[in-house]
Amino acid sequence: MAIKIEHLSYVYGEGTAYEKKALDDINLEIHDGQFIGIIGHTGSGKSTLIQHLNGLVKATSGCVYYNGQSIYAEGYSMKELRSKVGIVFQYPEYQLFEVDVFTDVCFGPKNLGLSKEETEKRAYEALQQVGLKEKYYKKSPFELSGGQKRRAAIAGILAMQPEVLILDEPTAGLDPRGRDTILDQIAKLHRERGITVVLVSHSMEDIARYVDRIIVMDKGHVRFDGVPREVFEHYQELEKIGLAAPQVTYVMQELKRRGIVSDSTATTVEEAKNAILAALGNRGRMETEHD
Amino acid sequence: MGIIEARKLIHDYQKIGEDGKVEASYRAVDGVDLDVQPGQFIAVLGHNGSGKSTLAKHLNAILVPTGGTVFVDGMDTKDAEKLNRIRQTAGMVFQNPDNQIVGTVVDEDVGFGPENMGVPTEEIIKRVEESLKTVGMWEYRDHSPNRLSGGQKQRVAIAGVMAMEPKCIVFDEPTAMLDPVGRKEVIRAAQKLNREKNVTIILITHYMEEVIEADRVIVMDQGKILMQGTPREVFSRVEELKEHRLDVPQVTMLAHELKKSGLDIPEGILTVKELADAVERISEQEQKNGN
Repeated sequence: MAIKIEHLSYVYGEGTAYEKKALDDINLEIHDGQFIGIIGHTGSGKSTLIQHLNGLVKATSGCVYYNGQSIYAEGYSMKELRSKVGIVFQYPEYQLFEVDVFTDVCFGPKNLGLSKEETEKRAYEALQQVGLKEKYYKKSPFELSGGQKRRAAIAGILAMQPEVLILDEPTAGLDPRGRDTILDQIAKLHRERGITVVLVSHSMEDIARYVDRIIVMDKGHVRFDGVPREVFEHYQELEKIGLAAPQVTYVMQELKRRGIVSDSTATTVEEAKNAILAALGNRGRMETEHD
Repeated sequence: MGIIEARKLIHDYQKIGEDGKVEASYRAVDGVDLDVQPGQFIAVLGHNGSGKSTLAKHLNAILVPTGGTVFVDGMDTKDAEKLNRIRQTAGMVFQNPDNQIVGTVVDEDVGFGPENMGVPTEEIIKRVEESLKTVGMWEYRDHSPNRLSGGQKQRVAIAGVMAMEPKCIVFDEPTAMLDPVGRKEVIRAAQKLNREKNVTIILITHYMEEVIEADRVIVMDQGKILMQGTPREVFSRVEELKEHRLDVPQVTMLAHELKKSGLDIPEGILTVKELADAVERISEQEQKNGN
């Protein structure tokens, strides 16, 4: 068990005219090695929630445990927590500031007090992990393209070798190529290094393609929590809270309504294709197998 | 004559050294011919760096051609004396709503453009009301823009452009920073302007679902027009688009995959209903064949 959240509530501007309950009695467990997607309408509390996970925001009430220890306990090292739970914020490229890409990525591990040698080794590894070519290492971050800048910023977090990597809309504003590159690399990190990934995204298609568990936030509450197939079955409720299901889910729902398929839970192109072929095949479309 | 005409448009970005000499040059737009008729809805797709935003900036003379010519409603964009008239003819909505709002109250913000043009006060009041009603933000007229959502801000920005009564509006990735609900709101506002006010729309976007109702889709790659046609024509070329790592709508992709698996499904499927109809036909056919 990596992260446990118990009865977490957070109120913005308590006691002022703008008082707003951003999170209301949240209970969640995030296990080691999971790949989790968080979806929710703007203002649903998802960004506030992730900022609790490494102690950037302190809960108004309730508690967050990391590996069994309360992060609010006296003497708990927030610095250590933040090296274990890394957050990549929206538009992280705005946070690049060093003279060159390599130095920028070194900033995190250097601040952890690591030796120069170890710092550089980690920076090098992190840049490799995000797939940035060496010819960019000594360039100013501002000479890179949008997607490259974003990858450099993600490398800055990876260089701290976090156990949990949280990304707040890492693909916002990128083109399809930049989006696929970043998500594929994150998926690879998850697969090969077993790090826990929490992905906040507005793209239901991306979420369906990569994650194994979806948490749906709405007005400071967890509305749904389950595997993509289960969660997207509630597509009508999702629409009511400003979300949607992937487009293929609507195709399957329509085919089910017309009595052509019986299982309408596909959430990716591959799943939908197989479900449709199987449904048609069951009606005797077996000629290919006789060949 | 078209509302926008580009002939062999070339744009070079130049890096000027300290001695004033050109150090490096990059050709962002490379010989583009474009002819947009009044009242059309044109969508432009392409990767970051494909030249689509550079092209957009030529359409209201933010940039002027390195080579070739751009005419906006018959006016040559190189003609500095016509600059004001060109910008009143072709308005622009940018990606980030926060960079486009100047007023402290919604209706003031919308009135800013026409006021600067010297439009009489009574006429401004009329235009502000009409613009805000068209984008569905009339009830927010006395709100502060700061407390609006991204989609609402973007609609206020659209109203601000609309109040100047341009014949043409160029949208440069207006939905890139919005959530799914915000994206729909903005696209609906653009479609409404096009249908009800006959405003010519040029929409630059990464989101394929936003272009399926356009009259014409233009795909840019490396500064050139890679393909253009109706959405159905363009999205029939799935393999080619995939080679350039561009997206197609998920339903188009599913239809394409089913066709590759041997089902008799036409190329260029754009909607859930079209695909459901095609699958239903096959299903009925098979039952008729006695299987």
